[in-house]
Amino acid sequence: MSSYARGLRDGLPFLLMVLPFGMLFGVVATEAGLSLIETVSFSVVVIAGAAQFTALSLMNEHAPTAVVLASALAVNLRMAMYSASLTPHLGSTPLWQRALISYFLVDQTYAGSMLEFEKRPSLSLSEKTAYFFGLATPVCPPWYLATLLGAWLGAAIPTELGLDFAVPIAFLAMIAPMLRTPAHKVAAVTAACFALGFAWLPYNFGLIVGGISGMMAGAQAEQYFESRRRT
Amino acid sequence: MIDSTTLWTVIIGLGFGSFALRFIFLGFVGNRELPAWLLRHLRYTAVAVLPALIAPLILWPGANDGNPEPTRLLAAAVTLGVGYVSKNVIAAMLSGALVMVAGGYLLT
Repeated sequence: MSSYARGLRDGLPFLLMVLPFGMLFGVVATEAGLSLIETVSFSVVVIAGAAQFTALSLMNEHAPTAVVLASALAVNLRMAMYSASLTPHLGSTPLWQRALISYFLVDQTYAGSMLEFEKRPSLSLSEKTAYFFGLATPVCPPWYLATLLGAWLGAAIPTELGLDFAVPIAFLAMIAPMLRTPAHKVAAVTAACFALGFAWLPYNFGLIVGGISGMMAGAQAEQYFESRRRT
Repeated sequence: MIDSTTLWTVIIGLGFGSFALRFIFLGFVGNRELPAWLLRHLRYTAVAVLPALIAPLILWPGANDGNPEPTRLLAAAVTLGVGYVSKNVIAAMLSGALVMVAGGYLLT
């Protein structure tokens, strides 16, 4: 099976989270008074669920445009960390590919790629790139389509189905196999605790505090366990 | 109603900004060597940022007005357990979804 096909296959389960989430955005945006074109443009141009919801709810509350942009971008700050984290794997691709990868860089394509790249370190650059685009195929175009569908169907979609929990479940399922070493576990537990402890911070900064604390804890733990192994 | 100028300013501004955040390292660092300490931190980005993203969603789900909810907590625990033991993402997702569906029928 080609790397692209493998990425496509591994990305298919993401439909279960992208479709309901995208439709929900379509519904909420339509209810906020956005036209079909505006709603779908939002998803195509921004392609980041959490930031789109943040921006929409702030605009509904008539927050100043600068506040809307700053908050939604703060929610997306993690993308810069994803970008840095993928650079050792995909940084040698041509510029136009890096630009495309950046556009398609979302939680799902990042998490799925890292899981694969860590599981198979021997993958070549072109295999890694193909895998990434394979993953993006069942994630990004369905995101646009689901938004369109949501905008069409309007409020006919029940929100009581517990679909909100598709996102946490899917990410937990991806994180669990990544917890290979004690350092990875330290990083995950630290990040979760700090994110909860700092959840009161505005603009989702708790997520950034949690993420950075977890990375630092993981790096420290790695050095600690390595030095202990050597002695 | 959201004013159309504001809306398009936000859509385009957010589009540019999000792309810049995603492109900053991939685009500008490219294939240059990164320092060892930075690489060591980057190895833990996924296992740090993703738990930080979902921990509040699991403990304080918005659908339950931000209060802990037994079915969701159980579904999260089952997903994590199955994923950790089996290393199988699909099996973990399905087990979690199963708990959510079963919990929905049993508790309501």
